[in-house]
Amino acid sequence: MTQTAARGAARHLADSRLFLPAVALGLILLFDLVFVPGFFSIEVKDGHLYGSLIDILRNSAPTVILAIGMTLVIATGGIDLSVGAVMAISASVACILIDPRIIGVSLSGNINAVVGDPGYSFVPMPVVILVPLAVAALCGLWNGMLVAVGRIQPMVATLVLMIAGRGIAQLITNSIKIIIFNDTFAFLGNGFLIVPFSLFVVAGLFTATWLLTRRTALGLFIESVGVSSRSSLFSGINERRVKLFAYAFCGFCAGVAGLVAVSSIRTSDANQIGLYTELDAILAVVIGGTLMSGGRFSLLGSVLGGLIIQATTTSMYAVGVAASAITAVKAVVVIMVILLYSQQTQDAIRSLGRRYLGREAA
Amino acid sequence: MEDQHRDIVVMEGIDKSFPGVHALQHVDFSVRSGEVHALVGENGAGKSTLIKVLTGVERPDQGTITLSGQRAVIRSPLHAQQLGISTVYQEVNLCPNLTVAENLLIGRAPTKWGRLDWKATNARAREMLRDLDLDIDVTRVLGSYSVAIQQMTAIARALTVTSAKVLILDEPTSSLTAHETAELLRVMRKLRGDGLAIIFITHFLDQVYEVADRVTVLRNGALVGTFDPAQMPRIELVRQMLGRSLTTLDTIAEQKATTTRQIKDEVFLEATGLGLGGSIEPFDLVLHPGEVVGLAGLLGSGRTEIAQLLFGVDHPDSGSLRIDGAEVDDFSPTASIGRGVALCPEDRKAEGIVGDLTIRENIVLAMQAHRGLFRYLTKSRQYEIADRYIKLLNIATPSPDQAVKNLSGGNQQKVILARWLATDPRLLILDEPTRGIDVGTKADIQKLVLDLAAEGRTCVFISSELEEVMRTSHRIVVLRDHHKVTELDGDIDEREIMHAMAGGER
Repeated sequence: MTQTAARGAARHLADSRLFLPAVALGLILLFDLVFVPGFFSIEVKDGHLYGSLIDILRNSAPTVILAIGMTLVIATGGIDLSVGAVMAISASVACILIDPRIIGVSLSGNINAVVGDPGYSFVPMPVVILVPLAVAALCGLWNGMLVAVGRIQPMVATLVLMIAGRGIAQLITNSIKIIIFNDTFAFLGNGFLIVPFSLFVVAGLFTATWLLTRRTALGLFIESVGVSSRSSLFSGINERRVKLFAYAFCGFCAGVAGLVAVSSIRTSDANQIGLYTELDAILAVVIGGTLMSGGRFSLLGSVLGGLIIQATTTSMYAVGVAASAITAVKAVVVIMVILLYSQQTQDAIRSLGRRYLGREAA
Repeated sequence: MEDQHRDIVVMEGIDKSFPGVHALQHVDFSVRSGEVHALVGENGAGKSTLIKVLTGVERPDQGTITLSGQRAVIRSPLHAQQLGISTVYQEVNLCPNLTVAENLLIGRAPTKWGRLDWKATNARAREMLRDLDLDIDVTRVLGSYSVAIQQMTAIARALTVTSAKVLILDEPTSSLTAHETAELLRVMRKLRGDGLAIIFITHFLDQVYEVADRVTVLRNGALVGTFDPAQMPRIELVRQMLGRSLTTLDTIAEQKATTTRQIKDEVFLEATGLGLGGSIEPFDLVLHPGEVVGLAGLLGSGRTEIAQLLFGVDHPDSGSLRIDGAEVDDFSPTASIGRGVALCPEDRKAEGIVGDLTIRENIVLAMQAHRGLFRYLTKSRQYEIADRYIKLLNIATPSPDQAVKNLSGGNQQKVILARWLATDPRLLILDEPTRGIDVGTKADIQKLVLDLAAEGRTCVFISSELEEVMRTSHRIVVLRDHHKVTELDGDIDEREIMHAMAGGER
């Protein structure tokens, strides 16, 4: 009896969308277990946890945050290429709010005070956080307008901001790298509360998004619009508003990711922050089992996807692959994902599983 | 010996199961060269599955297929094509933005000096269509032609990709006008004369009697039998398809008579000079609670356009619309639901169902859209609603968690009906609700419409089948060329409607 129940549960698990990402993550960790000694050791220093696993979690934070927003956009049948550029904009805005000297604002006290005072910020910290997020959400809303109202193809529509965004970010900081001395702001990306603080940001954002999409009708509407926006319109769903929200929310997430990224490197580098991260975010969503064509989405899957990408990178560094070759390894991962998720492979896995699991049942 | 040679396809003991459904149960089926073999049955009877097995889309769990006397395993649709089995589906699978010639010869166009030879391509295309007695400009884009011509282009392509021995036509006539259908049947007769074996799937019994040499009936995945139409009275064929006799039609007539007396004098909806340039000329329309108003007219006469204006998908550019005496100024589906107006759209696939979502989600969709984001129906409430309508409308499914795209057309239509009934509408507009649907479900839907009227709701009923409009409607609005021509009520004469539809001057 229990065996049958277990088999049923196993079959349910195998049919779940999270099955493949979980297996993939398991395989990568297995690889580390065999080839990287000490990969799983976690040390406690000053009440903080350290170790490769913690590194994976911490370094994946920006990608995971982006992927959460990207999931909703992709679920509506769209795509947002501009998230990397929006990260840079959000980072630049935050930096200029902390230290606006380069736009000709004279700070109270002399420069030494700024450099020497880890508590100094030109505007209060809540403003430093909220204004960039609002700007990022507006950037997303702009994308949403082009897609939902302008009826421009999402890839083209968001390409506009992808290209222009980095330029805007440079304009904001006058192409100068502003160094951040403020410790409170740096806590966002560098701080520890036993585990890195950015993990709390990820957890909070994930929970909020999950509640928003699964405890209201939003998730249903997004999936419906993604499957057929015309049928959704005919069912009384305001598909434009759903799309506008998805893009604005994705922009907001990019804003959060930008803040985390800039606070961890403590420099507003508009050329580097978030560079190519849009591709990681899209990849994370796809690995997570959400189809590029839209419809059903899985937030947890996207989080797993982000972790898989970071785990691959970290593992490659650990076994000594050169940094310059990492992208090639990533490409291999992409190919494997495509193969693994193809209908043929899935059918093969299913029939294998059915043969194995179904033998006794028959 | 001779007989066996003539049997091009013999399928024996075909068995196929899907999770939760035994789609085919030991079905035998055969086609001879030079015959039109009709395949009929209700939705979900197993016609599509049988065809999918024959065309290599699905592998049978059991059973054998013999092609021209040789055992065959059909591995894929491409393989089926190579074996001489060509299929034309209900929805035309061609590229509407390419020319007719390109569609016909794409991938195998004649070349000259390594470049496409357009002259030869067009000449070859013209020749292919001339074989079907069709003389059109092959350099025009396919999308500019009627669905019938597109379908014949698909047939021409299907016949010549490989030398086809068997042609499968899957409900080719369901979106054609009467004239276009006649044209298609003519082509079928011609091809039969050329020795082709044609499998013809249709819901229209008229066409079965008009063109088929044999008819095979499936019911619930099992073979009922193969008959000679000439020996088979129509009522008997229907009885075989349904497994029960049709008394519903009589009850519908009775019901209509009783509901006529219940129509109220008060006005629910009043359109005055409502119109939209290029779509529908200004028209007046008054709807009362408890009545069924039919819209009759040829395809493209403006029936759907009226429906979409009333539902707020389109915004009128002239006239006014009053509902309950109040002027309507916000035209959108969302606002319409609030006013108690619902629309089952004509294009079930593109505008009705949300294929990847479950039956439950599809049913609660409009209701949830009306409630908004935050008054989210709990899962248990959703199941309750879904279960109620699955039972009420007799939706054939193992579970409310089935994806809607896996249902047959008739059941998909019922899901959309359920979606709107759940919103408790006061006006239900049904645009071709019975297209591509079997006889039994058709009668169910007609009956449902009159039930709704008896509850004091208003229905607008749109259909290409005049008989159906007449049977259900208390009053009929006739349209022609985007104009409302006339309004008829009382004892309506079919000839009168047809005259109005066709126009007096001709």
